[in-house]
Amino acid sequence: MLKVNDINVYYGAIHAIKGVSFQVNAGEVVTLIGANGAGKSTILNTVCGLLHSQTGSIEFLEQNLGSVPAHKIVERGMAHVPEGRRVFLQMSVEENLEMGAYTQPRAGIAASLERVYQQFPRLKERRKQVAGTLSGGEQQMLAMGRGLMSNPKLLMLDEPSMGLAPILVDQIFDIIRRLHQAGTTILLVEQNARMALSVADRGYVLETGKIVATGTGDELLRDAAVKKAYLGG
Amino acid sequence: MKKLNKNSLDGFINYGIVIVAFAVIQTAVGMGKMSNILQSLLVPACCYIVMAVSLNLTVGILGELSLGHAGFMSLGAFAGITASVLLQSAIPVGPLRLAVSMLVGAAFGALGGVIVGVPVLRLQGDYLAIVTLAFGQIIQNIIMVLYVGVDENGFHMAAGSEQFHLSAGGTAIIKGPMGAVGVTKLASFTAGFVLILITLLVVQNLVNSRSGRAIMALRDNRIAAESVGINVTKYKLMAFVTSAALAGAAGALWGLNYSSTVASKFNFNTSILVLVFVVLGGLGSIRGSIIAAALLYVLPDLLRQFGDISDYRMLIYAIILILVMLATNNDRLKDLVGRVIPKRKGAASNG
Repeated sequence: MLKVNDINVYYGAIHAIKGVSFQVNAGEVVTLIGANGAGKSTILNTVCGLLHSQTGSIEFLEQNLGSVPAHKIVERGMAHVPEGRRVFLQMSVEENLEMGAYTQPRAGIAASLERVYQQFPRLKERRKQVAGTLSGGEQQMLAMGRGLMSNPKLLMLDEPSMGLAPILVDQIFDIIRRLHQAGTTILLVEQNARMALSVADRGYVLETGKIVATGTGDELLRDAAVKKAYLGG
Repeated sequence: MKKLNKNSLDGFINYGIVIVAFAVIQTAVGMGKMSNILQSLLVPACCYIVMAVSLNLTVGILGELSLGHAGFMSLGAFAGITASVLLQSAIPVGPLRLAVSMLVGAAFGALGGVIVGVPVLRLQGDYLAIVTLAFGQIIQNIIMVLYVGVDENGFHMAAGSEQFHLSAGGTAIIKGPMGAVGVTKLASFTAGFVLILITLLVVQNLVNSRSGRAIMALRDNRIAAESVGINVTKYKLMAFVTSAALAGAAGALWGLNYSSTVASKFNFNTSILVLVFVVLGGLGSIRGSIIAAALLYVLPDLLRQFGDISDYRMLIYAIILILVMLATNNDRLKDLVGRVIPKRKGAASNG
């Protein structure tokens, strides 16, 4: 579904992503793990068109995304849930979700809303509440729900566990598992390697802008080098 | 859906306030109950209301700081004056010529908005404030050296008086540092009233539309807005250019209300004055902008009437501004208002 081939991304003189290639197949949960500054979010931002690669290609549903601007990529069926729970703080929960369907035809919005409420009953309880008054975990759910409102073929989650209490992290990963079972294709970027690998079909390990290891979730969980570096021995 | 109805009700109240105010003032003028000084303030007050509402679109609703709103007003004023002179024979009917001149003013304001907005609105950060600040100054300096006139050979335009030659029968429209002189006054309070209604119609419909929601989403969180597929530059530009066009129309009305207009009238102080109206009226509140602009524009001249203290009128004006700021930021007062009007926005939630 998504094929990233040899991309190189620079921030000014800094060579942030050095020849990275990976792919996500339909129905899979694929995770990119790595430490701070490894380039995980940079890759996501490049895939969704906010940053641009100097070389290589990004193919989504067999089409090259080379010069497609970020707002058009959403229309093609890719939803990006940015890092740090970026919700519209002054809008209500329901208005936030409606914003997620911005590129969608009006007729389907009610059905999408119902589907998202089914997946996130907590959001339904709070539909009229202003997003700024939600807890961190609820805001993360809202950001994910908003991403799902555009009926994406690929959902990209950038650090959904960031800054959440362990019990909420568990809840978020439960949701990711449920979405996976429901057939959603997910590209997950995480620092919490153990959790990410436990839900993922496959994973890629990033180090200073390069992919250093790849394999199925279980393989990577058992890999000695990965264990030492990311899973605490 | 319920939310939408509430918004359009809010809009209708704004129309209502403007229409009632117009009717009351017209009656007062008709009955001779209004001093000449106050009457002379009516058209400029209308201009400032339009300026404040349109700047609110940029500052309050789009969330970008603009410090050169008077620059667009200036463009509109001189373009409108020029248009009204050029069209003198083609459109002899005053009000119609005024309307066309205001449209020309709006077009020039919009053009200025595009020129400033296209490069600057792509950037993140406070660049718009810096560039609009410079833009206001640049426009002022250009008009200071601009000579525009018309004679039997056609239209003449030059930078500096040396290159500017009109035949004996020609009319000079803009004469550099002297500005536009000998302008036929076309503006009327009714025209100002209509312009305010049009401004409200444009701004309120924009804010309550699909585009308006995109613009406010951008203000709330740019990254989230981009991630749901909103074209950032397009919607920023839409709000900014609309705002500039309305300022241009207000400028044309202003220019055609005086027999002479100089470029320095539309300086940095004017931009800041309008910004003060917007901030005191409440960012994002259209009604607040209308009321703040009307009251604060008329206030210094009202103070002028009080004989002895008139020397201190600017001091009193400043003190009133400070008191308004203190009062609107006072938690106890907010609490009180919240209790009297329980559903007031902001009183209950996210205080």
